Amino acid sequence: MGLSKKDILDVDSLSVDEIQTILDTADGLKEISSRPIKKVPTLRGKTVILFFHEPSTRTRMSFDIAAKRLSADSISITAGSSSMVKGETLIDTAKNIEAMTPDIIVIRHASSGAPYLLAKMLSSAIINAGDGMHAHPTQALLDMMTVREKKGRLEGLRIAIIGDIAHSRVARSNVAGFTKMGAAVCLAGPPTMLPYGVDSLGAHVTHDMDEAIEGADVIMMLRIQKERQKHFLFPTEREYAKRYGLSPERLKNAGPDVLIMHPGPLNRGVEISPQIADGPYSLILDQVANGVALRMSLLYLLGGGARHADRD
Amino acid sequence: MRIVIKGGRVVDPDRLDGIRDVFIEDDQIAAVIGQEEDAGRPFGENDADRVIAAQDCIVSPGLVDMHVHLREPGEEYKETIETGIRAAAAGGFTSICCMPNTKPVNDSKEVTTYIISRAKSFRSVRVFPVAAVSMGLEGEALSEYGALKAAGAVAVSDDGRPVANSQLMRRALEYSQSIGFPVISHTEELTLSNGVMNEGPVATRLGLSGIPNAAESVMVMRDIALAELTGSPVHIAHVSTSESVREIRAAKQRGVAVTAETAPHFFTLTDQSVVEYNTHAKMYPPLRSEKDRRTVCEALADGTIDAIATDHAPHSELEKQVPFDEAANGVIGLETSVSLGLRIVEEGWLTLWQWIEKMSINPARILGLPTGIRVGGRADLTVIDPSQAYTYRAAEGLSKARNTPFEGWELKGRTRCTIVDGRIIHEI
Repeated sequence: MGLSKKDILDVDSLSVDEIQTILDTADGLKEISSRPIKKVPTLRGKTVILFFHEPSTRTRMSFDIAAKRLSADSISITAGSSSMVKGETLIDTAKNIEAMTPDIIVIRHASSGAPYLLAKMLSSAIINAGDGMHAHPTQALLDMMTVREKKGRLEGLRIAIIGDIAHSRVARSNVAGFTKMGAAVCLAGPPTMLPYGVDSLGAHVTHDMDEAIEGADVIMMLRIQKERQKHFLFPTEREYAKRYGLSPERLKNAGPDVLIMHPGPLNRGVEISPQIADGPYSLILDQVANGVALRMSLLYLLGGGARHADRD
Repeated sequence: MRIVIKGGRVVDPDRLDGIRDVFIEDDQIAAVIGQEEDAGRPFGENDADRVIAAQDCIVSPGLVDMHVHLREPGEEYKETIETGIRAAAAGGFTSICCMPNTKPVNDSKEVTTYIISRAKSFRSVRVFPVAAVSMGLEGEALSEYGALKAAGAVAVSDDGRPVANSQLMRRALEYSQSIGFPVISHTEELTLSNGVMNEGPVATRLGLSGIPNAAESVMVMRDIALAELTGSPVHIAHVSTSESVREIRAAKQRGVAVTAETAPHFFTLTDQSVVEYNTHAKMYPPLRSEKDRRTVCEALADGTIDAIATDHAPHSELEKQVPFDEAANGVIGLETSVSLGLRIVEEGWLTLWQWIEKMSINPARILGLPTGIRVGGRADLTVIDPSQAYTYRAAEGLSKARNTPFEGWELKGRTRCTIVDGRIIHEI
């Protein structure tokens, strides 16, 4: 079974079956990364453009490695090195990229909705690698893959997501994904970091972190951005760490086999204490490892791998 | 030139409503006569240069749009005085007011004079410039209201930007008393409005930063307080929120000289139009919730909101085919206003009289312009066919711009004929 869509723009537009297909495919492809020769010829002759208009280390590397392990040719373009610094518009840059006939364009952009604009204008497959505060579907999918791998299921789990929900594309995509797969999501953060109408996302919402993590199977901590202090979202890192940081004492209220996740990069000592980040419950590095497999899965499914298989 | 508009429903609210023939001679209305009456006809139909068959049409006092951006001088790639006027005529407007945020800003008699003389050269819609409250719209010094008034400006506004400095706003209200200028306020508290769409569930889902209703209403409250302090009239532009409506309603009840306008997009659309990052649904103030939309309709009906003004804000594709948060604010509206207004008349929010008041009588009163249908009065008239249905295509319109949220809408009610100074300036 393949994917019927041209683009992966958000989690909301994926069906339960499609998410399952993506996760199953990722599970199958994961093994390639542990071989001595970490490469298969599946996407040989395909071109993947990594169009990163916002700084990224983890996600861009992850897509790059994923493409290379499938033998696709991957080329990175970053905002600073592209003609966009010369005033070229997003659409013009994208049309120029498309004129070189890539198969898949992976885009990260600081503006919510930018990948939709590209998807509308271009015939290449578009994968959203994070747009503004809107969506980060590959992160949510790799998070679901990681949880499913450890817990054996997603349905019925209790997921707590803690931090700056308002500015987090990771939170939005994870709420959409986990709830779609039958998990219950609880969002917690100070009122300044919960967006207006947050209840409409389909998650339980609280200002009390302890309430959110009580009995949770998974705790996902979000990165706190220091520059938000200037926008009066929190007083100091010290106060934030005390009220919404994940410490060993706090963790006692969680479920016995609780899993700890964080999309990175970490602010050690602010939203998460080092003992927890490096502790036995932490899945932070599993998330990074699975990120490669999950992105291989998407490149494979969109890049025609599955279609070829179907024809055989 | 002699024109007879024959058999239309002639409506001048509170004064006249019935099937009449309207006789126009040169620039004046020569007679308004029932069809059965023979006496008083200034000339026979055979002596007329034009007979406009207006059966099943409404003959209204010429429509007035008190809030338009013509973009000239300076941004002629978006719109020009000529294209803006043609769009206005097609939309049924006989008078429009153009906002001062051009390049250069209309804060001088030279720019005002340029706009007026350019507009006059087309012998079409009357154009009344609104000059800047502050020099360069910078909110630091008053512009020369005396010279601007003498050059032909009819009001002042820093539209597009708020007058952030409350002392400047106070002085503008006071100083304009001696000039006879209404001050039109673009109400926006900038420290609250650093978002790109209405704050609410749609913004939350789309990951777009929100603009709360309070960004508008706190400034409405301030301006009402300053109008009370100074005794000067203030006009609130583009009202979009329930809270603003509540404050204006209460202020009017205690006798404050406050008037208000809203735009067709606010009584027609909600922030749901933004889904899929539609930059043609981006403007300031932003499209609000369904509750706000309904409150705006109620406020039109109960007189809290005096006028309908389009806030016609043309932009080129360059400013709209970009990510949502980078897109320019504003939508065009001159050519859809009549249809959208008649839509809420048909839905029962407003009577036809009320709608004509808000499209002509009230904005003219606020700005001190002539209006109405009077024998001996000047012949500025709009003939509207309320039942004509059509599919709106911006590309078929006369504005240079196409940034409309109503593309492809099935609309009903259209201007048949626009007459200024007894001359037909638009006809379909």
